[in-house]
Amino acid sequence: MRLEAKPSPSLVVTLVYPVGAVVATLVITSLLVLVAGASPFSVFYLVAKGAAGSQFALLETLTRSTPLIFTGLAVAVAFRARLWNIGAEAQLYVGGIVTVVLGTGALPLPSVLLIPIIMAVAMAGGALMLLGPAVLKTRFGVDEVVTTLLVNFIVLLFVSMLLEGPLKDPMGLGWPQSSKVIAEAQLPRIIQGKRLHYGFVIAIVSAVIVWVIMKKTALGYEMRAVGHNPQAAGFAGIPVNRVLMKTALLSGGLAALAGFSEVSGLKGNLTLDLSPGYGYSGIVVAMLAMLNPAGVVVSAIFVAGIFVGADAMSRAAQVPSYIADVMVATALLTMVVAILMTRFRIRWK
Amino acid sequence: MDIVEILFTASFWVAAIRIASPLIFATMGELICERAGVLNLGIEGIMTAGAFAGWFTVYAGGDLWTGVAVAALAGAMFGLLHATLTVPLGLSQHVVGIGVTLLATSLTYFTYRLALPEVTSPPKIEAFQPLPIPVLSEIPVVGEALFAQTPLTYLAFVTVALVFWVLYRTPLGLAVRAAGENPSAVEAQGISVNAIRIGAVMAGSALMAIGGAFLTMSAFNSFFFGMINGRGWICIALVVFGSWRPGKALLGAILFAAFDAYQVRLQQITGGVVPYQIFLMMPYALSILALILVARRATYPKALMIPYQKGER
Repeated sequence: MRLEAKPSPSLVVTLVYPVGAVVATLVITSLLVLVAGASPFSVFYLVAKGAAGSQFALLETLTRSTPLIFTGLAVAVAFRARLWNIGAEAQLYVGGIVTVVLGTGALPLPSVLLIPIIMAVAMAGGALMLLGPAVLKTRFGVDEVVTTLLVNFIVLLFVSMLLEGPLKDPMGLGWPQSSKVIAEAQLPRIIQGKRLHYGFVIAIVSAVIVWVIMKKTALGYEMRAVGHNPQAAGFAGIPVNRVLMKTALLSGGLAALAGFSEVSGLKGNLTLDLSPGYGYSGIVVAMLAMLNPAGVVVSAIFVAGIFVGADAMSRAAQVPSYIADVMVATALLTMVVAILMTRFRIRWK
Repeated sequence: MDIVEILFTASFWVAAIRIASPLIFATMGELICERAGVLNLGIEGIMTAGAFAGWFTVYAGGDLWTGVAVAALAGAMFGLLHATLTVPLGLSQHVVGIGVTLLATSLTYFTYRLALPEVTSPPKIEAFQPLPIPVLSEIPVVGEALFAQTPLTYLAFVTVALVFWVLYRTPLGLAVRAAGENPSAVEAQGISVNAIRIGAVMAGSALMAIGGAFLTMSAFNSFFFGMINGRGWICIALVVFGSWRPGKALLGAILFAAFDAYQVRLQQITGGVVPYQIFLMMPYALSILALILVARRATYPKALMIPYQKGER
C-alpha cells in the first residue's frame, strides 16, 4: 500500500471527504446507541432538537460555542506552525484567574477601560503560559506536547490553591470558588434575560482578526512556512524560532480569552469546573475546521451543538451524555483521515 | 518523624514500589512504541480504558488474571487503531495520539455510565492481595519493599526483564529497534517496517492498559473518573528520562515514585503550613524538570515520528 499525492484537489473533493467523515462518525456512534438499547434515529433527532430545535436551544449552543471558538483558534494558530499546544486548558484558566484578580474590585474603573485592561492582561498571562514550553522546545529540544500537558495539571492545582486561599470567596460557605466580578467587569448579555453574552461577538471578531493575520500578513505566511517545513523555512531566511515564539504568544493569548469570556460573560466567578475540557475540545474544533480560522467558528458551533444536544438527549433517552465526547473524538479521527484522502490517493498493490 | 528518617522506613519503600508499578508497565509500553518509531500519545486514554476493562471484568464475575488479560486486549485494540492511522497512513502521531486518548477516555466513561447507571459510590472488587515471597520478604526494608507486594508488581519487574531481553537479545528486538532508527535497513532485510511498527504499538498499548489496570485491581479496588490523572504523560517523560532504555527507565520510574511517596509523607509532616496543592504539583513539575535536564543530550530514536513509505528515502 502506498500514498500518492493528488495533483490539486477540486472543491468537490475537498468537501466530499469531510462530509464523509461526519457520516462515518454518525454511523460509528449509532452502533454505540444501539448497544445502549436506543434507536439511533430518535437519539440523533433528540440531539439535533436539543442543539437547535428552539430559540433557547440555539442560544445555548452559541453560548457554549464561545469558549470553543477561542480555544479552537488557539489550537489552529499553533498547529499551523506545528507548535503542538495541548495546553489551552491551562491558558484558559490563567485567563480566568486574571479576570477575577483584576475584576473583583481591585481596579475601580468604568467598563470601557476595565474590560479591555482585563482582556489585555489575560492574553498576556496566557501568552506567557505557552511561552515557557515554546522556549523549552526551541532552546532545549523538549517536546512541547508533554510539557503543555503537564502544565495543565499544575495550573489546575494552582487554581485549586488560589480558590482555597487568597481568592477564596468569604461569602462562599466554604466552597472553593472566587468572589463574583463587579458589574463593571462583566460582559453584557446580547439579549436581556438570556445567557448569550458579548463574549460570542468578541470570539467572532477574534476569528476575523486571526484570519487576517494568517492570510494577509507576513507573520501568517511565516507561520505557515514554518509549519510546512521548518528546515526549508530556515534556509529561506525565516527566523524559525522567533516565528514559533510569536505563534506561542498569539495562541496562548487566544486560549486565555476563553477563560476571560467564561468568567466575565457567563459564570461571574472562578471555580474548578470553569472548563469541562474546552482546551482539549479546542483541538477537535481546530482539526474539524482544517485549521482554518473561519472554519473554527462553524466547527465550534457544531461541536457545541453536539454537547448541548447530548445533554438534552440524555435527559430524555437512556443514553449517557458521554456519547457526545465519543462523537467528538471519533469526528477528530475520521477527519484527519478525510484530510489525508483529499490530498493523497491510496494505491493498493 | 524526621524528614530524613522517612527514607529508612520500610513502609515508605513499600509505597514507592507500589506507586512505581503502574508507571513501570506504561513506561515499558511507551518505550516499545517509541523504539519502533511511533510516539503513542494515546497512553493516557489507553490506561483509562485498561483500568476500567480489568476492573469491570472482575466486577462482572471474572477472575483477576482474566481481568488483566481483558485489559491488555482492550489496550491492544486501541493500539491497533492508533497504529492503523499512524503507520500505514502516516497521519500526525501528535493529533492521532490525542484523538485516541480522547476516544478511549470517553468510550470508557460512556461504558461505565451505561453499565452502572445508578451507582453513586463506585463499587468495589476483591483486588490482588500482597503475596509475600518466603524468606526473601523477611529481609528488613528491602525485602518488605520488593518481595511483599502484589503479584502484579512482580509482573511489572518481569516485564522489564522481558522487554530488555526481547529488545537486545532477539532478532525481533533488533528489527523493532532498527524500525525506529533506520527503517529502510529493516525493509532491506525483507521484513515489513509497517508490520513491526503495528505489532510494537499493539504490544506497547497492551502494557499501558495493564498499567492502568494495576490502579483498579491492585493499588485500589474500584474505578474512578479521572483516576489516571496525568500518569500517562508522566510515563512519556520517563521514557525520555530513561534515554529509551528499559533499565534506566525502570530506575527513573522508581526514583519518581519514591519522590511521590516522599511528598505525601512530607505533606503530613508540614501539617497544613504549606498548601497541599504545592506537593501535588511536584510530580508534574519534576517531570518537566527531568525533561529539561536530559533533553540536550537525549538521543531520540532517529526515525521517531517519521512515517515510513516503502521505496522512499
